[in-house]
Amino acid sequence: MFSKRCICRIISTSRLGSQNKRWHSNHARPIAQSTIDEEEREKFQKLSHTWWNETGEFQALHALNALRVPWITNSLVEKQDQPPPLHTKPLLGLQILDAGSGGGILSEPLARLGANMIGVDMVEDNIRVAQTHLEEDPSICGSVKYIQATVEDLVETNEDAFDAVVASEVVEHVSNIDTFLTSCCKIIKPGGSIFLTTINKTALSYTTGVLAAEYLLRLVPIGTHDWEKFISPEDLQFLLDKCGFSTTLIHGMMYNPLTRRWSWISNSSVNYGLHAVKLHPQTSETSSKENSTDSVERSD
Amino acid sequence: MACALGHTDFLQDKKIILLESAPEKKDFKLSERYSNRTCAISPATVGLFQNIGAWDEILQMRCQPVKRMQVWESCSDSVITFNDEELMNDLAYIVENDVILEAIRRQLSSLSDRVEVRYQTSAKSYIIPGSTPGHDNVDQNTWVTIETDKGQKIQTKLLIGADGMNSAVRKAGKFHVFQQDYKQQAVVATLEVSGTSDNSVAWQRFLPTGPIAMLPLSSNYSCLIWTTSPTKAKYLKDLQDDNFVDAVNDAFWHERDKDSTVMSISQKYQELLNYVFSDNQVVRQLPPTVVGVDPGSRASFPLSLNHSSNYVKPRVALIGDAAHRLHPLAGQGVNLGFGDVSCLSQVLNEAVQSGSDVGSLYYLSKYETERQRAVLPVVMTIHGLHHLYNTDFSPVVLLRSLGLQSTNALQFVKNKIIQQASS
Repeated sequence: MFSKRCICRIISTSRLGSQNKRWHSNHARPIAQSTIDEEEREKFQKLSHTWWNETGEFQALHALNALRVPWITNSLVEKQDQPPPLHTKPLLGLQILDAGSGGGILSEPLARLGANMIGVDMVEDNIRVAQTHLEEDPSICGSVKYIQATVEDLVETNEDAFDAVVASEVVEHVSNIDTFLTSCCKIIKPGGSIFLTTINKTALSYTTGVLAAEYLLRLVPIGTHDWEKFISPEDLQFLLDKCGFSTTLIHGMMYNPLTRRWSWISNSSVNYGLHAVKLHPQTSETSSKENSTDSVERSD
Repeated sequence: MACALGHTDFLQDKKIILLESAPEKKDFKLSERYSNRTCAISPATVGLFQNIGAWDEILQMRCQPVKRMQVWESCSDSVITFNDEELMNDLAYIVENDVILEAIRRQLSSLSDRVEVRYQTSAKSYIIPGSTPGHDNVDQNTWVTIETDKGQKIQTKLLIGADGMNSAVRKAGKFHVFQQDYKQQAVVATLEVSGTSDNSVAWQRFLPTGPIAMLPLSSNYSCLIWTTSPTKAKYLKDLQDDNFVDAVNDAFWHERDKDSTVMSISQKYQELLNYVFSDNQVVRQLPPTVVGVDPGSRASFPLSLNHSSNYVKPRVALIGDAAHRLHPLAGQGVNLGFGDVSCLSQVLNEAVQSGSDVGSLYYLSKYETERQRAVLPVVMTIHGLHHLYNTDFSPVVLLRSLGLQSTNALQFVKNKIIQQASS
């Protein structure tokens, strides 16, 4: 089903468009035909059983919903011309893809807010866990469809189909970001959105995001993250621009291990969120790259 | 709680069921006689009632504002008075339980499309995943199952236990609870007092056996809450009406416990305070004389301190007396319960707004943290006050008298106390 070939090339790359002083990598990500990474798949298979325990290994991910769900909802609602007809279901009528849906932690709340969700994940167990959990809540059963696939698999049949794609805590596990983002671009409607949350590639992100989070504080299981796969917001923005997106927001996020809650912060050296909009075909040729980095006031 | 949820904006799509074991009182008539079960409602609770539309109903029926409060004791002359003269706000409102229940019942019936009330139905058993024997290993995300005494089975995402101090929900959820029996009973009665044109003062006198309090119900009637030992409580209930009235008056007026050493020291201290805070003189008023007691209105109930270590578990939340039950000496118990209602409905609103499952522990634990931060200091303070005034040991009497006199002299401290009790 998936190509298992993996070609590794050692190229010294200079990170394009980056201004930050941080660790430089001498390795490019292994270029694969698809974005599957064998190691990643095995890693998550072990974890799929504990996805829905709110106080377990995925506590931080559950807590992240309090930040990302309102963010996604408000951004999508703001883009509409009129306020949503049913304010308890602000995402009604929108088709959203949850790329790397895992156990369905993000798909379910978005479905509850009215969205038509499709969740894709490469690990079959995750899809199974997500589907089983979904069936426990009759109110959203019909609004979410889980498919074991990659985003690339959807390109052929779903061009310009989605109002939004959410890739939250995913790109740091993907082996070829370029392919991933290009595929996302193809399946999003012009004017549609892509939401990404991921980890910056800095010394600080290694210390806090890998060392502290995995080994010291045990916030996530050891081996969850590979620092080499982290990407800076500038690099991400550059790749998105190449694919035909215009970035509208980059904002830092922080997890407080004591309160176990996330909050928005102005510093994006570790975790950050990025919202970009797919440009319409005529505008993408004429507009120059809009590198606007807004800091948005967030009230918790 | 059900009423508050019914009024919450984002919960309008959710199905809410209230199981009420009492029958529906459709034909409520406000009786001429006052009920002996009353609550002292704080301004914050009034705010909650206003939000759910019940306050107007209560005002239409009856309630008595408290404009002033005087607290003193029998072992010394120290006294503290509370009044909110500057802000012209009432300190509290004395409302009968029946009046509150009726006001809420009327509101609930207007919300029948969102809240279903099943009267004369109580839960026979609960299956709470992770707690109920036989379901210990079930995923804690599985819904809670309730079986009613009528054989109906209800499955729910969130079970809210509002079933009082002997909460069955709390027991079923295997919540650990700290309990201490105060070995006291509270005797309640409806008293007829000598007509004062403005019966808007709440009186409380600490006796070594327990505090005696009189709360105004109308210009001629007040509610009695007398905390005392179980033997004395039985004795009081068995007295003839006249003798009971004498006993009440005696409790408020007698000077037998006065400790002369303490008196002389506290008098000197008071002179000092009067000199320093010359604009804040002690004004001691005399409570009204009790002239009669409503026949058949005498009753008593045991007192204990109950506090659940956790207020929430996945898919279960405890509110009110089910979570925390205190000594009535400061009239805070019911207001803390109503505070739980406000907080939980707000938290659930947030949860739904974020698309979360209403039974999600993330939001429930927010409720628990906020409420424990509000409740625990109050519980400890009241527990402390109970022990402080439960003795006639001279050094303690001296300490508390001087402390009370000092507090009485410091208006800003009293304002802080009023603020705290009103929130």
